[in-house]
Amino acid sequence: MDYLVRFAQTHETFRRPELEACATIAGANIEILSYNQFSPHCIVRFPDAAAAAATVKRSILAKDVFELWGQGTTYEELHEDIRQRSQHIWEEYSNISWKFVFSCFSGTRSSEKKGELMRSFQYMGFKGPIRMKNPEQEFHVMEEYIDDIEVATLKVSRIEEPRKIYLGRKLATSCREDFIKYDLKKRRYISTTSMDAELSLVTANMALAAPGKLFFDPFVGTGSFIVCAAHFGALTMGADIDGRSFRGKDRSKLGVFENFVQYKTESKFIDTLTSDLTNTPFRRAGFLDGIVCDPPYGVREGLRVLGERKGKTPVNVIIDGVPAHLRPGFIPPKKPYGFEALQNDVLNFAVRSLVTNGRLSMWMPTTNDEKIQFPVPMHEDLEVVSVCVQDFGNWARRLITYRRLPEGEKSDVSMARKKTDDAGYDANELNAFRRVVRSIEPQRSNWLTGKKHMLKGHGTRSGESSEVSQ
Amino acid sequence: MKVITANFVTCAVKECKTSPASFPLHFHDAELEQQELEFQPEFIRNVIPRIDWEALRATANELGFPSLPDAKPEGEALENEQTMRDLHRMLLETHVSEGKLVCGNCNHAYMIKEGIANFLLPSHLGEIYS
Repeated sequence: MDYLVRFAQTHETFRRPELEACATIAGANIEILSYNQFSPHCIVRFPDAAAAAATVKRSILAKDVFELWGQGTTYEELHEDIRQRSQHIWEEYSNISWKFVFSCFSGTRSSEKKGELMRSFQYMGFKGPIRMKNPEQEFHVMEEYIDDIEVATLKVSRIEEPRKIYLGRKLATSCREDFIKYDLKKRRYISTTSMDAELSLVTANMALAAPGKLFFDPFVGTGSFIVCAAHFGALTMGADIDGRSFRGKDRSKLGVFENFVQYKTESKFIDTLTSDLTNTPFRRAGFLDGIVCDPPYGVREGLRVLGERKGKTPVNVIIDGVPAHLRPGFIPPKKPYGFEALQNDVLNFAVRSLVTNGRLSMWMPTTNDEKIQFPVPMHEDLEVVSVCVQDFGNWARRLITYRRLPEGEKSDVSMARKKTDDAGYDANELNAFRRVVRSIEPQRSNWLTGKKHMLKGHGTRSGESSEVSQ
Repeated sequence: MKVITANFVTCAVKECKTSPASFPLHFHDAELEQQELEFQPEFIRNVIPRIDWEALRATANELGFPSLPDAKPEGEALENEQTMRDLHRMLLETHVSEGKLVCGNCNHAYMIKEGIANFLLPSHLGEIYS
């Protein structure tokens, strides 16, 4: 049978790839038969109802899933389709308790009209009791009109009658409500660059987080991605070049770990390390099931890597007979780093650290300026599974998901970005994205340049005021 | 830093990565802490094939654990609850709160403070990105 997945009408380019990732996690075959970015209703083929339910139960962007009993552009068409699709199973539901739910997407109906429309389904012959609370089965009549965004985008006119009507038997509700629990406003340890709960959970889904797996974030910061991977059962590790970002101001507690305590997932936390991706301490071996990260964009604060700035030669400084780097409190020098180099380092790290079919889900900023394109970075040992875009007007960010190919399989990288970093030494010269964001509408890119915010890398706990952010 | 993590890291100096003496890193002056966690056999079964067993035996020995079996548990041994519990306890429930991890090749010592290991290299040891 076919199934109807009802999405939340948000993050449209993420919805399909997330649903497909959830099907992979559930081990279910999935074939999307119809999808429209302006509609919450999506028709999907699954092998059975159990597969449909298991898939949608893992989704953040879907709301619920139904066994599709009929669809049509008018009620006549709908009733005709119901007879064809589902007449053979009406009998199974003739004596159970049930209720009908009527909903309209971007439209309204008076309660008299709803009642009249629902009574038009009487021919299915349900004799069981109607129960508004906890019925054995829920049947949903879903009407779809045209919403304001579609009107504005496609320059179409509003409609008085629904363009599509569906009848479905409800199978399962998604885990969309989970993102309320992970809301940043209620999280103990966050910073201004913490990724919001909804998209962090989606990121964990894209990378197929699940019990028994090992996940890692090489730019862990305050741990937004690893707490979400842990929510889905994965054990997690994180690293950051600046240990203060995951540790926090209060030295007696580990900031990131406080979040695991808050969500009661302490057993899913392994470690955080202070380390740099260019000189990574991880040995060459596939040991990770997933990598989830939002590498620094280098706009607010230039990207940095270990090393000496231009004109300084590395020396082993000796103070009081002890090499400086062995003295307590030594802070290694860091130098500006290029945007392209950083992303290539992430891909190379993923290739050597992921197990076969392990996934990398990486966020990457881009501009909407057509003159300056930032194509998707690629690697021949990684397959690009999906590219999702979150648009902010003059800039956007993409969530790119890759799969580690088995040894011997290669992906086509002819469409990959070939660019290397521009020549130069300082943060602006090395980072084309930084230059673009800083040159266009500086007042609107405040979120990125962070003029009003505190510096990245210093998390705060809720209730603790930050002197820089005032 | 947990015992499992020590099995995945080696010296951050590029030249050391090719030297067998750089792995595993050796714990010095390690202060151990135990933390009881929910038993997760599914994770242990998934991760054991990725563990370098010889290195784990060496680390266990340095930290004073009873010696591990000669061969990595495989197949039926992964269904043995006691084996799984012992490995769970060592890999996930034991961590080094203070101490050093020292490279057997270049002798560089990585400090562990408040449970966090610092792998940042001083500039004369790191590869300069150009």
